[in-house]
Amino acid sequence: MNFFDLKGLLQPLGAVKQLGKKPHTINYPYETKRTADRYRGLHYNDLEVCIGCGNCSTICQNAAIDMINIDGITAKNGDSGLRPRVDNGRCCWCALCVEVCPTGSLSLTKDYIYVTPDANAFLWTPGVSNPDAKNNISFTSDTNLSLSMYQRVPMRELDGMERVKSFAEVVLGYSEEEARAEAQRCISCGLCSNVCPDHMHIPEYINAIAQGNDNDALKIIYDNNPFPEMCGKVCTRRCEDVCAIQVRGEAVAIRWLKRYATETAPTAQKIKDIVNPIIAEPNGKTVGIIGAGPAGLTAAYYLALRGFDVTIYEAQSYAGGMTMFGIPKYRFPLDSVKKQVEYMESIGVKIKYNTKVGRDISFEEMHTAYDAIFVGIGFQKAWTLGIENEDIPGCIAAVDYLNIINRGDSFDVGKKVAVIGGGNVAIDGARVSARYGAEVTILYRRRISEMPADWEEIEGAEHEGVHIAIQTIPTRIIKGENGKVSGIEYLKAEMIADENGGRPRPVAIEGSETILECDTVIGAIGQEADYSWLPESFKAKIEIKRGMMIVTNEFNQTGDPKVFAGGDAVNKTADAISAIADGYMAVKGISKFLLGN
Amino acid sequence: MEKETTLYIGPQHPGITGNMMVKLKVTGDTISSASTHVGYLHRAFEKLIERRNWLQSFTILCRFCVPEPDPMELTYARAVEEIEGREVPERAEYIRTIVMELARIQSFMLWYGGQSGSSGLYLVGQWSVGDRNYILDLFEDLTGGRVYHMYIWPGGVRRDLPEGWKDKALKTMDYLEKRLDEYDKLMFDSTIFQKRAQGVGIIPKDKAIEWGVVGAPLRGTGIKHDVRIDEPYCAYDKLNFIVPTQEGGDVWARALVRRQEIRQSISIIRQALDKMPAGEFYNKIPNPMKWSIPAGSAWVKTESVRGEVGFYVESDGSNKPRRVHVKGAAYTHGVTVLEKILVGQNIADVSFILNSLGVCPPEIER
Repeated sequence: MNFFDLKGLLQPLGAVKQLGKKPHTINYPYETKRTADRYRGLHYNDLEVCIGCGNCSTICQNAAIDMINIDGITAKNGDSGLRPRVDNGRCCWCALCVEVCPTGSLSLTKDYIYVTPDANAFLWTPGVSNPDAKNNISFTSDTNLSLSMYQRVPMRELDGMERVKSFAEVVLGYSEEEARAEAQRCISCGLCSNVCPDHMHIPEYINAIAQGNDNDALKIIYDNNPFPEMCGKVCTRRCEDVCAIQVRGEAVAIRWLKRYATETAPTAQKIKDIVNPIIAEPNGKTVGIIGAGPAGLTAAYYLALRGFDVTIYEAQSYAGGMTMFGIPKYRFPLDSVKKQVEYMESIGVKIKYNTKVGRDISFEEMHTAYDAIFVGIGFQKAWTLGIENEDIPGCIAAVDYLNIINRGDSFDVGKKVAVIGGGNVAIDGARVSARYGAEVTILYRRRISEMPADWEEIEGAEHEGVHIAIQTIPTRIIKGENGKVSGIEYLKAEMIADENGGRPRPVAIEGSETILECDTVIGAIGQEADYSWLPESFKAKIEIKRGMMIVTNEFNQTGDPKVFAGGDAVNKTADAISAIADGYMAVKGISKFLLGN
Repeated sequence: MEKETTLYIGPQHPGITGNMMVKLKVTGDTISSASTHVGYLHRAFEKLIERRNWLQSFTILCRFCVPEPDPMELTYARAVEEIEGREVPERAEYIRTIVMELARIQSFMLWYGGQSGSSGLYLVGQWSVGDRNYILDLFEDLTGGRVYHMYIWPGGVRRDLPEGWKDKALKTMDYLEKRLDEYDKLMFDSTIFQKRAQGVGIIPKDKAIEWGVVGAPLRGTGIKHDVRIDEPYCAYDKLNFIVPTQEGGDVWARALVRRQEIRQSISIIRQALDKMPAGEFYNKIPNPMKWSIPAGSAWVKTESVRGEVGFYVESDGSNKPRRVHVKGAAYTHGVTVLEKILVGQNIADVSFILNSLGVCPPEIER
């Protein structure tokens, strides 16, 4: 080839033929570029759907997303009240934030041009900065594409027909593999900790389980809950109601994971070995505790760790309170109660069983003998149904019934049982009766969706053959020829919308009287505290309103500064975890009161 | 005796993508020695990856090298999959293959611009970069991004092909194939380009392996080496294509190899679109915040646009990589090879030779 190769010189000139053709790169008149349907442009956030979990902020490898307060959005249960703000100067539009958004509120839009002279405006609050962008959303994640794991690892249970044959524990617990898999679903947002009455360190212990550090998990759990195995089995778990994953899927099984962690320590000694608590030197102060329920035991445990000399007075022969006597053993086995109480005793908690304050020792005596007193008496007295023949044989309150069964005594319920109520206690009464071979019907005033009981409990009861008669209002108990219960009469009810916006009310339909034959009627419509043991002088000092003891500060101190109180008798939620929280706060209060710290 | 002078080319984009400097000792117009100086855009990516969880890193990987983000994503994903033992659905393998070849084409379109532009033929670059936009349109429809796709991640790909994408891709391939003939007339048929490219920047065949030459420069010396054939990954073993080679080892040979490879890539994309099975495109990873990979390590190679790229990934069993080390083409080409082959060349050919080696400074400095 030489330099004057004619072809080589002329060929490039062929480009001239492109003159006059429609250009590829620039269009006249100007046309807006078509943007792809999954374009990753500026962020948009549906502020109503967003719950401020902060997962977007966590995954952002550029640290471009901050969670900030926004006018008009306040924190509530299941919503931190915070919303993401994106620093467009740092964002690389990878959209990982969208992929991990558990609610699907965050998306990217087709908008990609943003010009402003205000440098601060590059701090972009999706949804606030571009409220109209909802119609321009492009990169989104549905539950199939999202990296959140919406399916819960199912819990293995005894078969419905198998379990009614005995009081064997129904829930079998997670295996190690199942627990690791379930723990992996947690995104550590901490919304759960906020609603937990005891503010347990949920993300932390789940994280430990996910990483295979079961001992760490147990240690973290014992930091503010000395009764975790009970919680792991029967907690009302409000944490799961607000789990970020449950917005579009099934909540992380927080309760079952706690249960798993506690089951890794099968004996009290093992718990002690793992938790390895630091027990302070005795500080010379004494605290008397009334009632060995969750509140009293919690107070006792943490007080003992802080060097207080603690003695619990318990009227029954076992510790555990309502969790021991009110919860059937197929949910919370006796061994489990014993193990946890034994552990507490091993670190110095003294429990005087069969010692009822007001009978075996007077309150005044205690008041003089101890530097501080914690009252955790719980709800012992059942509410009466207020209908005819309630006092005849065959009619019993659920708490009394469960108490008899859990004590190991027997109670003949006959062949047919009617349970009145819709809470966990009613379901417990029904499921226990089913275990005695009875045909059980629950009468509830409202609809199943409105039952306060756990959905798992309701489902469990149904699997065991319990029939739930909804929208029924009992009117009288029918006395048979032998003077015992022979049936119950009820009216059917219709649901009437509440004018004030409350939940619909059941209103009896006239003439709809129906009779249900039964041998036993179990009433489970609520309980209250019994204060008959308390001297009048103290009742006046320790204010009691509508059956509840009034505490004057966050430390659960009562009108008598020396007396602290907690548990069902103090807080309306009446569940074990609230009682534990009360006990824990009272420890801080007592410590402050007696030691000044 | 003429006086020896020191001359600096760069560090502002010395005819290639990114900042680096070539320090030359010249006598007249002839280079007597050359040394590569880097350090202008070190971002400590390999270290940053150690602080990020297994998924977060993939947004950094694509930034190793602007003209070819996808091979980095793929190689990392394959390494992670190998350590973890994660299966990749067959459809995802095909989609990955298509993405890799689209990446190859778009990168070569940029190369057209650089290679011809550094010899004064600017029109080729204007055309090829304009036509490259059609590939970027395909990427945008598929991945949501034009340049940084962040699309291939461990377990598969992020999204399935959108509706109508296959037809659009096929049409674009038809269009590009026709355009390649136009480029030939402007570039390969041009005497100017021929004169500039032939016999310039020669890599001796007997030294190529020793110097660590890979990709088109290696194949330009007549050595047939291509990871896609030698150690097939994705769906390459199910597709028919040839690995073009040229003798000579000069800029001209390297350009011819790339010219032929674009046509092979178009063929691969057509075949892959045709043979692609239906089904899943993603074997989903667990919650990325808690995703741990069992302890182990993997050394995985991919034929990137500029040649073999290898990732050494090590896991200590936690949710973050213990170490990610990248061996790319740019380091050997930009440092070892360049310093050797520039000796005796003309100053005016430095950028031209740099382009033909496919040097990418951001990939040298990870």
